[in-house]
Amino acid sequence: MSVFLAVLKRDLLLALRDGAGTWTVLGFFTIAVAVFPLGVGPEPEVLRRVAPGVLWAMALLSALLSLDTLFEADYRDGSLEALLAGQLVPELLVLAKACAHWIATGLPLTLAAPALGIFLHLPTEAMPVLFASLLLGTPVLSLLGAVGAALSLGARRATVLLAVMVLPLAVPVLVFGAGAVESAQTGLAVGPSLLILGGVALCALAVCPVAAAAALRQAVE
Amino acid sequence: MPNMPAMPFATPLPDQPFPLILRDVACARGEARIFAGLDITVEAGGLWLVRGANGTGKTTLLRMLAGLLKPESGAVLWADGQAPRVAPERAVLIGHQDALKPALSVAENLSFWARFAGVTDNPWPSRSDPFGVWALADVPLRVLSAGQKRRVGLTRLAFSRAPLWLLDEPTTALDAAGQRTVWELIALHRRRGGAAVVTTHAKGTVDGAQELILGEER
Repeated sequence: MSVFLAVLKRDLLLALRDGAGTWTVLGFFTIAVAVFPLGVGPEPEVLRRVAPGVLWAMALLSALLSLDTLFEADYRDGSLEALLAGQLVPELLVLAKACAHWIATGLPLTLAAPALGIFLHLPTEAMPVLFASLLLGTPVLSLLGAVGAALSLGARRATVLLAVMVLPLAVPVLVFGAGAVESAQTGLAVGPSLLILGGVALCALAVCPVAAAAALRQAVE
Repeated sequence: MPNMPAMPFATPLPDQPFPLILRDVACARGEARIFAGLDITVEAGGLWLVRGANGTGKTTLLRMLAGLLKPESGAVLWADGQAPRVAPERAVLIGHQDALKPALSVAENLSFWARFAGVTDNPWPSRSDPFGVWALADVPLRVLSAGQKRRVGLTRLAFSRAPLWLLDEPTTALDAAGQRTVWELIALHRRRGGAAVVTTHAKGTVDGAQELILGEER
């Protein structure tokens, strides 16, 4: 456990030291969302209509933005080999790194999203649902991203490859995440969508570390 | 260069898993057969010096002993029948890359590897500083020279619990004193029951070392 926390702490420290990670992601998210009112026009009705989808799709793209470095830096400086040869099983190593990635990107995105919702005239009663759906959905993005990042290790143009692999897998998260916010807007029950999202999160938690660990073992061979 | 402490190791070695036995081992990378018919036994307290021209599979052999690669044929097994792949914590591999983060300081880098090896002292136990890098503790790694980075990277050996050290040309970029420290550290490690497999181009031999020359017809 202390080894798990050591990896988590190191990755957070690196994210903090680089500064690039969190701030780039938040900056991209803010600007990408802010561009929409300029594009589709300022009518509140139209904005309110597209708000859930836009916020969720942009959160998804922002999370993708920082994924390519998840294992790449460790792979290049030889840390990955040393980490895999340690007493921590690779599955937990993946989980530690995905956790750090979520704290550095998914959590800030979740916290920033309600503020950006105001931009898009998202009604106040939908804000808690937006927050909850992102809180359940962004860890899935980090976990799926870990699989993509592990699979694309060492590939040229890994960022594009990663997006092509991860985006289709993230569709259920997008559908139910945006669906929950939309239900909240129109006064429908949000429970079912959030429950499915929670189920997806648990599935990802069980499957993704195993898949990513297998890909990592392959990558260092 | 401070003198090396009598016992520079942060943690005692766990129970001895030696010997590590290689029987008729062959290895291929892609289509190319790199070596075949390799028979060696790594005993407790043993030291193998692996020599050979570039591209003869020295690094590949180390990666195989570390459990990162599967042999194409033959068997690599510890005395209790475990393969390195299922017991990777028994070997520590220090390759050409130092596994250090340029954005972190020397102390932060080493503290991480110390904690990763299960050492709880913070930042890292100063008695475990065979290469004299304690003085650089707060310096960010990216400003260090290649030799200094190497020293920091090799300091990881002092924390390792692994009984088998796999060192890939450990003396590269080190000055004469640093090179001496490497060999002294290996000698101390052997005296406490550990073993090492070291690839090297350096001439000369070490007490009780066995030599493996790759790339020759056998």
